[in-house]
Amino acid sequence: MTALLSPPRPEVATKRPPRKKIPVHWFYLAPALILLITFTYVPVGNMVWYSFHKWDGLSPAMDPVGWDNYVRVFTDERYWRVFLISLYYFVASFAQIAIALYFAVILSFSTRFRNLFKGILFFPYLLNGVAVGFVFLYLFQPGGTLDSVLRLAGLGEHARLWLGDPDVANIALAGTSVWRFTGLSFVLFLGAIQSIPGEIYEAADLDGANRWHQFRYIIAPGIRRIISLSFILAISGSLAVFEIPFIMTGGANGTRTFVIQAYETAFQFRQIGLASSMAVVLLLLVLLITWIQRRLVPDDEVSLS
Amino acid sequence: MTTRRHWLGLGLATTLALAAGCTGGAGGSDDDGGAGGEVTGEITVLTNRTDLAETALPAYAKEFEAKYPGTKVRFEAVTNYEGDVTAQLSSGDYGDVLLIPNTVAVDQLGQFFEPLGSTEELKAKYRFVDEKAFDGQVYGLSIGGVANGFVVNKRIWQQAGITAPPSTPEAFLAGLTKIKQSTGAVPFYTNYKDGWPLGFFNSQRAILADPAINDKFPADPAPWQPGKIEYITDGLLFDIVHNGLIEKDPLTTNWEGSKPMIATGKVATMLLGSWAVPQMKAAATAAGADPDDIAFWPFPYQTGGTFHARIEGDYKAAVSRSSGNKATARAWLDWFVNESGFAGDQEAIPPAVGQPLPAGLQAFQDTGVELVELPAATTNAGKEDEIIKESEIDLAGHIYRQKLVDIARGAAKGTKDSYFADLNKRWGDAHSRVMR
Repeated sequence: MTALLSPPRPEVATKRPPRKKIPVHWFYLAPALILLITFTYVPVGNMVWYSFHKWDGLSPAMDPVGWDNYVRVFTDERYWRVFLISLYYFVASFAQIAIALYFAVILSFSTRFRNLFKGILFFPYLLNGVAVGFVFLYLFQPGGTLDSVLRLAGLGEHARLWLGDPDVANIALAGTSVWRFTGLSFVLFLGAIQSIPGEIYEAADLDGANRWHQFRYIIAPGIRRIISLSFILAISGSLAVFEIPFIMTGGANGTRTFVIQAYETAFQFRQIGLASSMAVVLLLLVLLITWIQRRLVPDDEVSLS
Repeated sequence: MTTRRHWLGLGLATTLALAAGCTGGAGGSDDDGGAGGEVTGEITVLTNRTDLAETALPAYAKEFEAKYPGTKVRFEAVTNYEGDVTAQLSSGDYGDVLLIPNTVAVDQLGQFFEPLGSTEELKAKYRFVDEKAFDGQVYGLSIGGVANGFVVNKRIWQQAGITAPPSTPEAFLAGLTKIKQSTGAVPFYTNYKDGWPLGFFNSQRAILADPAINDKFPADPAPWQPGKIEYITDGLLFDIVHNGLIEKDPLTTNWEGSKPMIATGKVATMLLGSWAVPQMKAAATAAGADPDDIAFWPFPYQTGGTFHARIEGDYKAAVSRSSGNKATARAWLDWFVNESGFAGDQEAIPPAVGQPLPAGLQAFQDTGVELVELPAATTNAGKEDEIIKESEIDLAGHIYRQKLVDIARGAAKGTKDSYFADLNKRWGDAHSRVMR
């Protein structure tokens, strides 16, 4: 036994000259790094480079213009005003998180047809955004599905031009966005809730905690990280809304978002430089907001015991 | 200058575009296939006509291949032509023959396309040669021209008591009002949601009968002043909308759906090009209505007691500068423009001088409309595009006109005067930067 504990070192090993260290770990990392650099950091670097130039995307010459593009984004009302449209989607994202959380909690307990409801709630997220846009285009048409449903419910007088009325159009679009993305938040919450060990609920039951108490003291703190993540996604998402308003209204009728404006600047007006600076501004804003939020809600280790 | 992106091609575009990047035969170096080479081998032709790429176009190709044995013509249909081909241009691989995307500024033409000959020399043979020309060199030939005006449902206008095209904007508005009162039809359909039809308000410059207008236009810092062209055309759009003569909810319009609507008389009027007439007639036949109800009327404005309608070439076809088989490409281009009969088949104006107008346009001309071909700007070549980019007022497009419709229908703040003043200011600011 003792011999096994201290085996003699094989002689060959000591005789071999010390090998040059090959940094093997780089070989394993290389594919990931190459992909990451080629498809993420180089394009971002290009974008920043373009943003200091006046360029139409085709001409071989790019005129350097310094900070002009940035000055224009911040001083010309037409460029920064479109950010205000994001507020509609931001407010809507609270509704989205609330709805998702509500259903995630309910469906994590034993409810009849639980899996069916899970499927129903998650389904909209599986649909392609373009399809969602078209479906809701028909829904919101005058005399379309929504109006018919309202009429059947005896609320016919509330029918209006859902997309044509500028006071309602953004709310209608934000509603579509909520419909689409609730499923995603729901699945995130559901997963997090189910990772909370069952014994904790049993113990809580023995202590006489009702469902509200369980939510307040077990579930909410247990999934805090996911809730915080959802808010980050919601904020950056509402700043970068694109496909739903682009497909449904093309940015007309006061529904133009920042990204639609940037798209038009780049591809309708061929001002790639200006549009790049808009994209850089958006990127910095999202980073800034994320950073502020991480400061406000520190990322503590979750512990339930 | 004219960004007419969609003609006929907007028919049911069911055929999917081939994946970008399979422009197979187009490779090769720049110089091995000069225009003097032999007409043989394979070429790739990019087209926006997804609806014809599998049917009519290969039939033309067969005729061509019979005339030039040893050649082969492959088509690559591109659904989102402008955007996709612009991206391909920067990659250097864009087929042998293609339609020039409107994103290419005139002074960039030489960068991507082969010169086809001098403007002087080609002018004698073809119409519309100066529309894609720079420095006296032509880079693209029109494959068919169109006239601009209103597609109307004659029957509905007749029900409202109007049988001849109104000659002033006021008479036109009065006519639309009568249609609203006496028929159930939508007097004017904007196609606001799809947007591009709004761009046709830019195609009416010929009404002033001024052949130099394309040169004068970019020189003017305020085209939305009373009496100027934009005031007349955009002003008419504003008044139509302001008087409630359009569809109920412009945000949910639908181009495909609008064809049967005008064919059956649910809609009375749309501003489009003459290319739309055969499509509307086809829609009428399909819907069981009378195709003869569809007529083409000029813009309601007369100079010297005559209507003037602009005719212009649609997309111009060009030979790619990076083509490896320029001789065959050039032969195809010439054959397609001169001998294929494509323009006639599409009821478009034949690009070759002297060939007869299609029947529909002949009838249009016979009502006393003078067809005007406006020369492109020469001294101010390319300036208008630059001002458009700089001011982000897309004259040939729809973005600022959608806003105009919103203001006119009370969905956005402002009045006709305030919006036109704003446009004049934005245009003027960009003008001073571009034209200095």
